[in-house]
Amino acid sequence: MEISYYPGCTLKTKAINFETSALALLEKLDVKAIELKDWNCCGVMFSQSQDNLMKQLAPIRTLIRAKESGRDRLLTLCSMCYNTLKRSALFIQENEDKRDKINDFMDLEETEYFGNEIEVVNILTLLDEIDKDKLKASIVKDAKDLKVATYYGCLLTRPKEVAIDNVEDPQIMENLLEAAGCKPVYFPFKTECCASFQVVSRKDIARERTRKIVDSARKNGAEMILLACPLCEYNLDKLQKELHEEDSTFETLPVLYVTQLLAILAGVDPEINDYSKHYIDPRPVLERKGLL
Amino acid sequence: MAISLNKEKLRTQECEKLQEVSGTNVYSCYQCGNCTAGCPCVDAMDIPPHEVIRLAQFGQIEKILDSNTMWICASCVTCSVRCPRSVDISGVMEALRQIALQNGNEDVTKLGELSSEELEELPQIAVISNFRKLTS
Ligand code: SF4
Ligand code: SF4
Repeated sequence: MEISYYPGCTLKTKAINFETSALALLEKLDVKAIELKDWNCCGVMFSQSQDNLMKQLAPIRTLIRAKESGRDRLLTLCSMCYNTLKRSALFIQENEDKRDKINDFMDLEETEYFGNEIEVVNILTLLDEIDKDKLKASIVKDAKDLKVATYYGCLLTRPKEVAIDNVEDPQIMENLLEAAGCKPVYFPFKTECCASFQVVSRKDIARERTRKIVDSARKNGAEMILLACPLCEYNLDKLQKELHEEDSTFETLPVLYVTQLLAILAGVDPEINDYSKHYIDPRPVLERKGLL
Repeated sequence: MAISLNKEKLRTQECEKLQEVSGTNVYSCYQCGNCTAGCPCVDAMDIPPHEVIRLAQFGQIEKILDSNTMWICASCVTCSVRCPRSVDISGVMEALRQIALQNGNEDVTKLGELSSEELEELPQIAVISNFRKLTS
């Protein structure tokens, strides 16, 4: 299967482990992700205001690039890109006059975008579409019932119109990980917000969110937290380190992209991960389970 | 907090604008408090989300704009998905930011206060979304 792929700004830098592991995993599953040509940043966060159309240009331009690729589905790994692209497409589908204004503004573009030509697909949805028997057959390493907390954060399940699964209790990640031999733990904080971009100006809020989310995962027996968003990853990983430095009794949990673990279980060389990008080193846990 | 009201104060132009920019009807709210109960940032807010909506119903936009609430909101949309009356509280927060910024509110991004090491360490998506939400 072939699918267009939109990396977005952070997947080539901070979140490089997400990209390398996801692409290697997809290769094992016979999916070819073809990167768009000349893509730009999608703007990260969907603009919720009805009268500021400028902020819709970046995501719509990205969808124009996808339309020009000739393939009708667009894969995103980052949950923020997923959310923004999907909501912007819905926005112009529902507001014809605004759509025309946006297209007029980009009159140098050779292609117009109307709103429903491209299906934006998140990596978790794509993996979920793959037959579970095929997924199981690709798993070559025994996870030995590794206990994982699956963290969705906000943008994969909110708002409802773009949710990849149930808004309050999504199960996509759990199903994938169970098929791969892991044991997802009960985790009531899985869709709680990590304070997102507030980490820039109000780190104190983000820290307290991290503390609550990690406490919940740990109390429920998780050995690591798995997620699919580069901003959640940064917040939960980096801020745990800070919390631990401040108070050594705060016990940390490693944070990984779900594709990092799945790729290792599918036999991808664990060394493709750049472990220096982690603030909490995941190698001790992986080693304990014989996965390195 | 005592607020004196009269007909003029109740239905202000500012409140009409707030509803237009957010695309939501604040009068649908029946004050159940669900939005505030699930808000991840409420502890740091001057006015909790359900009170923001109540003040908007009374045309008290100035009062809301004087608070820090919309700058603390993380746009997580938890409030909007849980509202039994389909009020898009998260959209109201965005509209409040837009109105404040269009009125010439000072820079709240605080990027200037971060050291170059901190800026370098933050992922692009953190910095860009901070800009997206806190500037116009
Ligand atoms: S959840 Fe909705 S109805 Fe309830 S207080 Fe908030 S805005 Fe009002
Ligand atoms: S969108 Fe803003 S107000 Fe609503 S729950 Fe999230 S942080 Fe609170």
